[in-house]
Amino acid sequence: MHDNSNSVRVEVTISNRQGLHARPVMRFVDIAMKYECEIRVHKNDLTVDGKSPMEMMLLEAVQGTVLALEAIGDGGAEALNELAELIDGKFGED
Amino acid sequence: MPLRRGIGVSSGVVIGDALVLETEESRVPRRIVPRDQIDHEVSLADRAFESARKEVADEREQFAARAGNELADIFGFHERWLGDVKPRKEIASLIRSKHYSSAYAISVFMRKYRRRFQEMGSPFLQERAKDIQDIERRLLHHVGGETRMELASLREPVIIVAHDLTPSELVALEKTKRLLGFATDAGGTTSHTAIIAAGLGIPAVVGLENITSHVSSGDTLVIDGLHGVVVVNPDESQRSTYAAEAKHLEEVRDTLAELTELAAETRDGVRINLLGNIEFPLEIDDCINRGAEGIGLFRTEFLFLEADPLPGEEDQYRAYCDAVTAVGDRPLVIRTMDLGGDKCHRGGGWEVEKNPFLGLRSIRYSLQNLSMFRSQLRAILRASVNGDVRVMFPLISRIMELRQAKFVLSLVMEELEEEGFEFKSDIPVGVMVETPAAAICARELARETDFMSIGTNDLIQYTLAVDRTNERVAQLYSPADPSILRLIRRVVKDADRSTTSISLCGEMAGDPLFAILLVGMGLRTLSMAAGNIPRTKKIIRSISLADAIRVRKRVMSFETEREVLNYLRDETRKVWDEI
Repeated sequence: MHDNSNSVRVEVTISNRQGLHARPVMRFVDIAMKYECEIRVHKNDLTVDGKSPMEMMLLEAVQGTVLALEAIGDGGAEALNELAELIDGKFGED
Repeated sequence: MPLRRGIGVSSGVVIGDALVLETEESRVPRRIVPRDQIDHEVSLADRAFESARKEVADEREQFAARAGNELADIFGFHERWLGDVKPRKEIASLIRSKHYSSAYAISVFMRKYRRRFQEMGSPFLQERAKDIQDIERRLLHHVGGETRMELASLREPVIIVAHDLTPSELVALEKTKRLLGFATDAGGTTSHTAIIAAGLGIPAVVGLENITSHVSSGDTLVIDGLHGVVVVNPDESQRSTYAAEAKHLEEVRDTLAELTELAAETRDGVRINLLGNIEFPLEIDDCINRGAEGIGLFRTEFLFLEADPLPGEEDQYRAYCDAVTAVGDRPLVIRTMDLGGDKCHRGGGWEVEKNPFLGLRSIRYSLQNLSMFRSQLRAILRASVNGDVRVMFPLISRIMELRQAKFVLSLVMEELEEEGFEFKSDIPVGVMVETPAAAICARELARETDFMSIGTNDLIQYTLAVDRTNERVAQLYSPADPSILRLIRRVVKDADRSTTSISLCGEMAGDPLFAILLVGMGLRTLSMAAGNIPRTKKIIRSISLADAIRVRKRVMSFETEREVLNYLRDETRKVWDEI
């Protein structure tokens, strides 16, 4: 069981035109992997591992999808900051 | 007894037993392994992931250096996917819980995963199913190749029934010498597989939509490639009709096969060069086996059409080297990409044009997309050191286009020289004569080229102003129209007065009806689909040059296409009664 006080959450909206396709997933996973903490990504009832490109692709996060990012463990807040920035910056696309 | 209609893609009739291929992913056999082998299978799967990942990483590096970040990114994604522990864990648990073989576990997992993408609403995400398929193929290859290529182990002659066949599957099947014919749900006359089937002369009907659900393995099938008909479990009378037809065609084929080793030479010793037309290097063997003395037309745009991502310089270089290896020291004419018109690749960037055949196509497209054009020319030049490679520009309609294309070629040569690549600096350069403008100005084009090749398909369409795919006017499309014959004659004469050599490579070249006439017109090189080579040779060997000239003189006096056709039919029948 993880310590809830150690968990941080942030909501983001996918705004790039093509949504969370291969390249954005790759960028996301690359950042997530830099951190010690566990990263979970929630979309409605679906939760996937933010460090798994295989699972991330299944989010079907098209433009406009709202995702909740959750980090559990060391460096969580920092990780979420960087990930939210990536998403808000449309992954450098569009 | 039921008759199903599709699109016949190569003439020929065959009767045989059906072998229904499951959809591609389930062609990996379901195999259960003994308990003591489970650890081994898990480690096999792990190793497949690791070696596939390394392979992608290598390819990504090559791409990054040559093709820029876009393509490298796609490979970067594959690399990360293959490095992910999640799929490995899921596959390992399939092996442990169900005792599946590693290959089968991979294919079960990947199929399920891929299906999730196909169900997604966004086209961008749906497209990723193709990436997943690509990853799956890599994995299966590394796990020991228990894949579709087991097709290569056919024991009995069969008619293959499948949803679709890829060109490489078709070739693998052909090599077993057990493939009688095939029928597929998917496909049209322009699909790669159909084009290759026609070239190989394998009776086939495609575009049947749901033949796989109406046939079971072991059913008797008739494939009538000429009429695009498949008969499932024919009754006695259907059977005997088709059997007689098949037997007759086989006799004809056998007679022709005896000619393979003999030269295409008229009775009075005039040599005619018969060359093959191809879309992919893997068709070359078949051309040679049927007596081609080289390749007169390599339609490179087919390397681009269904490719995603588009082939870069290295991919093309490999394809051209494969072609050079297959063709040996015989000539290989590589035509630069003839894209546009009805042949748009998936890379996009194509604007909807009101008249695509009068629009940005072929050499015009190349000259406006210089980076693609240059990488193609680089690949051709690099491959040229290994054989008798020649380069040909399509759809030239003005001499400035030829000069521009040659200028790009010379720039690319300088580049290669600076980078230290070897290439043939005196590579022969030619043009297609396939617009009326080029035909009329052939004399000028001849001065600046080493060879010219008359492309009748486009020449006819542009001269007669007929779109032959428009069924309301298609009957007006004819190689026998006097205007076409006069243009061809004119181009041949102009070429003969120059140092440039002349050939003809449209469908007309392989039509037996025109063989005598073309020889009479002075053509000594004809390039055609492999399947047409034997009968053309048969006709050439049965005539003398004097016959051919007499036929040409008579034909040139006719005013209508009808007279031309009737006369040619009579003349051809005298030497070849199968017409």
